[in-house]
Amino acid sequence: MSTQTEWPLWEVFVRSKAGLDHKHCGSLHAADPKLAIQMARDVYTRRQEGVSIWVVRSDQIVASDPGDKAMYFDPAEDKVYRHPTFYELPKSLDHM
Amino acid sequence: MQGSIQLKRDPAVQYLLRVGDTALILAQRLAEWCGHAPVLEEDIALANMALDLVGQSRALLTHAGTLEGAGHDEDQLAFLRDERDYFNATIAELPRGDFAFTVLRNLIVATWAKLLWERLQASSDAEVSAIAGKAVKEARYHQQHAADWVVRLADGTTESRRRIDAALAELWRFGAELFESDAVDTAAHAAGLGPRFADLREPWLAEITAVFDEAGLAIPAESGFRSTGTRGVHSEHMGFILAEMQHLQRSFPGGVW
Repeated sequence: MSTQTEWPLWEVFVRSKAGLDHKHCGSLHAADPKLAIQMARDVYTRRQEGVSIWVVRSDQIVASDPGDKAMYFDPAEDKVYRHPTFYELPKSLDHM
Repeated sequence: MQGSIQLKRDPAVQYLLRVGDTALILAQRLAEWCGHAPVLEEDIALANMALDLVGQSRALLTHAGTLEGAGHDEDQLAFLRDERDYFNATIAELPRGDFAFTVLRNLIVATWAKLLWERLQASSDAEVSAIAGKAVKEARYHQQHAADWVVRLADGTTESRRRIDAALAELWRFGAELFESDAVDTAAHAAGLGPRFADLREPWLAEITAVFDEAGLAIPAESGFRSTGTRGVHSEHMGFILAEMQHLQRSFPGGVW
């Protein structure tokens, strides 16, 4: 892969409607931030998927190491008491 | 084989077809990039814009057919007219060229279209006004997309600069036709249907100049050349694009999918 002529990679986050979170929906290549936003608009929101877009340079994202997966995430498996499922909720809060 | 429809010559119909046909033919040219654009993202962007233009054209052709009153629907108007009955500006029918040619043409046409749609929102014809309300948002994006690319190519590499310079040398003289006024738009203006095309020139030049300043491009000198597509007299390229567009409706009259 040539790196000299390739545009940098960007991760795209789209907010589907006001009040909701931006969600990661994919990535694309673009020359600069403005173009990345425009291209994200064309590639990821053309079926009314969103009202707001974030783009982040992929190389700016710090990710956890897949090798650490067991150490990081497995210990949470048997800690059911961390879920607030033992509380009785009033009926009016049914959809919390 | 389906024969051609005969279009009634009416100034209001012709005014709407100048706008609708320009959108229709440019859409066809932009669609030629599908699968061929320099990068996937631009491939989708150009196809999106082509579809925006098809949508605008469909609305205008449908309404023009209603005003014409001869029972012609959008498909008949789009696919069954003879070349002389298409009124798009010649600039829309020029072959797609390279990417620099495409974005510069889009800048010239989209800036014109945006200014036109802004004014058509105040049309005395409620249908035209409603179409304009939707189309103006699309045209704004088309203009911005094209302007950004013109700046980048002009201010990019030696190769991109060479290409945008070549596109400008080829295209500029075709822009002039968009601002020619005659009996058709004068009548439309008098009826409150829409603006005279000549009245768009000053704001258009101001917006183009702003983009060119950023790009480091100079506005070329005026030339005496005038293309004549809006009066139905087209370049040698028009017959070929119509042959491709019309083939299905001519071979399978009334075909739908």
